[in-house]
Amino acid sequence: MANLFGKAANQLPPKIVVGILIIGALTVAGIAYYFTPKYTRVGYMPKQPIPFDHSLHVTGLGLDCRFCHSFVEKSGFSNIPTTQTCMSCHRMVKADSPKLAALRESWETGEPVRWVRVYQLPDYVYFDHSAHVNRGVSCFSCHGEVNLMRTVYHKTPLSMSWCLDCHRNPEYFLRPQEKVFDLGWQAPTGRQQIEMGKQLIEQGKINPSDNCSACHR
Amino acid sequence: MRTFLLLVSCLVFAIVSVTGLRGTKTMRSPIEIFPDMVRQAKVKEQAPSYFFSDQRASRYPVPGTVPTTDPVDLPYLNTGTIGDYWGDGIPIPVTGETLKTGRERFEIFCSACHGSTGSGNGIATQYGLVGVPNYHSEHTRQMPDGQIFFVITHGQGLMLGYGANLSPEERWAVVAYIRALQLSQNAALSDVPIAERQRLEGK
Ligand code: HEC
Ligand code: HEC
Ligand code: HEC
Ligand code: HEC
Ligand code: HEC
Ligand code: HEC
Repeated sequence: MANLFGKAANQLPPKIVVGILIIGALTVAGIAYYFTPKYTRVGYMPKQPIPFDHSLHVTGLGLDCRFCHSFVEKSGFSNIPTTQTCMSCHRMVKADSPKLAALRESWETGEPVRWVRVYQLPDYVYFDHSAHVNRGVSCFSCHGEVNLMRTVYHKTPLSMSWCLDCHRNPEYFLRPQEKVFDLGWQAPTGRQQIEMGKQLIEQGKINPSDNCSACHR
Repeated sequence: MRTFLLLVSCLVFAIVSVTGLRGTKTMRSPIEIFPDMVRQAKVKEQAPSYFFSDQRASRYPVPGTVPTTDPVDLPYLNTGTIGDYWGDGIPIPVTGETLKTGRERFEIFCSACHGSTGSGNGIATQYGLVGVPNYHSEHTRQMPDGQIFFVITHGQGLMLGYGANLSPEERWAVVAYIRALQLSQNAALSDVPIAERQRLEGK
């Protein structure tokens, strides 16, 4: 019976402990890295039925966001443009481009184009675009440099901590109201931004809520 | 121990290469890790609803009805016509504020085709958009205000309407701004208040 465990078995218990520690540390690191909206959402870039290019239409043609997303400053949600909005130009511009086939089909049948949604909050969160874009929060703070994107992708995590980071310290993000829709505008950096932000907060009496009931109602 | 470490690193490598790094562009839809109540059976804007046979959650108004928010008791403000004729005159107070709104809306919705001065040379005309008229032509200058309002609401010929995107007040503000643009290209010295004339003449 004395030889059932060899000498090497003496090192087995510490080895098992170290092994479990390594596996445990890796699991924690993996969950911290992957089980967050920074991984699960950011970078989502679905294939759209029409390869619509924001950089061409916004930076190239100088269209304002509100030409298409026309209710973003009037209502809680930002509308995706109707087929008519596109057709006002595309009945004549590139009228028979194969890339626009789905658009023409929608125009003839009256069925909406089935754009794939990129940004989407859980249904238990209440969000309002007009409350933000009329108070000096630019599309840029939440959607990134859409004016340069050839295909829209999910830029920000939309997690609760991300919302609260701004609601608690809005001075890092606010900009003058007339620059909200101008995504090419260079915001000042560092102290200057904070000073401008503080001034805007004072002028507009901006006070984003961090009450649970503001977003979960 | 060595085999164990080798196995673990292989496993880590396999997981990272399958799942990728944060922020990688991907076509896979976002994973919902705890999907409790994340998608509820309620009607949300711009999402299909299987409650209706055509799956449109945003419903058309019932035929023959108008929204209560439309100013139906003020037919001229709402349509630009008086009886069967185009009306003339702007039924909202025209102030500096009105012209500012008009200008802002014009630059958003119209300047891509009509150009910022209304000469019909907006950027889209460089890409094959044809038939954009010049506001400073006699035809548009003679157009009654009510007809311009109607063109904005319902479109005309090659132009589609923008009535869905602009409230009646905003449309009238745009009409006022178009009138201001036309004046700007055709003003005579006699239109300037006497007190300001000297400054203009450089005296
Ligand atoms: C010519 C019309 C047009 C203009 C101008 C425009 N967009 Fe869009 N936008 C669209 C269309 C169509 C979609 C849906 C297709 C897609 O996601 O690419 C869209 C999608 C988006 C989305 C993703 C929506 C989702 O599904 O979650 C964002 C964010 C967005 N636009 C922001 C902007 C911003 C910011 C601007 C101004 C800089 C702008 N857009 C200007 C037409 C336009
Ligand atoms: C102000 C006019 C205007 C509007 C409104 C507009 N576009 Fe365009 N679009 C253009 C111009 C100009 C081009 C570039 C044509 C060229 O390169 O010759 C273009 C190009 C495109 C192309 C590339 C076509 C090709 O064959 O390369 C697509 C796709 C497109 N637009 C989709 C849309 C969609 C979808 C909408 C509605 C949300 C829309 N556009 C609204 C003016 C417009
Ligand atoms: C404070 C952050 C914030 C700002 C500022 C913001 N958005 Fe959004 N946007 C969101 C969030 C969050 C969603 C997802 C909303 C939801 O799921 O209900 C969204 C959704 C959208 C959508 C998709 C809506 C749909 O129903 O498919 C569009 C389009 C859009 N935004 C455009 C814009 C434009 C254009 C601007 C600038 C004028 C803008 N957003 C400013 C946070 C923001
Ligand atoms: C970049 C800054 C910023 C981000 C990010 C942001 N907010 Fe806000 N939020 C504001 C500001 C500024 C206001 C306006 C406060 C005011 O009017 O005094 C506001 C107001 C609101 C309001 C209206 C509160 C009320 O009292 O009616 C809601 C709801 C809201 N935010 C929800 C959200 C949610 C949900 C998110 C995350 C998806 C979010 N916000 C992300 C800056 C931000
Ligand atoms: C500024 C807006 C905002 C405020 C204020 C806010 N939340 Fe949230 N909350 C969110 C958003 C956005 C999400 C969704 C996060 C996601 O899907 O990643 C969320 C998610 C949650 C969840 C679900 C988390 C999960 O993954 O299942 C709980 C629970 C929650 N919030 C509780 C609270 C409580 C308690 C408070 C008050 C202390 C609060 N929230 C205040 C925006 C807010
Ligand atoms: C997509 C390009 C486009 C846009 C955007 C557009 N228009 Fe037009 N507009 C046209 C074209 C093309 C015509 C010529 C229509 C015809 O008679 O066939 C026209 C004609 C008109 C006329 C009639 C002029 C005349 O002498 O007959 C008026 C007034 C007018 N537009 C006003 C507007 C206003 C105001 C806006 C903004 C709310 C606007 N348009 C936006 C393309 C456009």
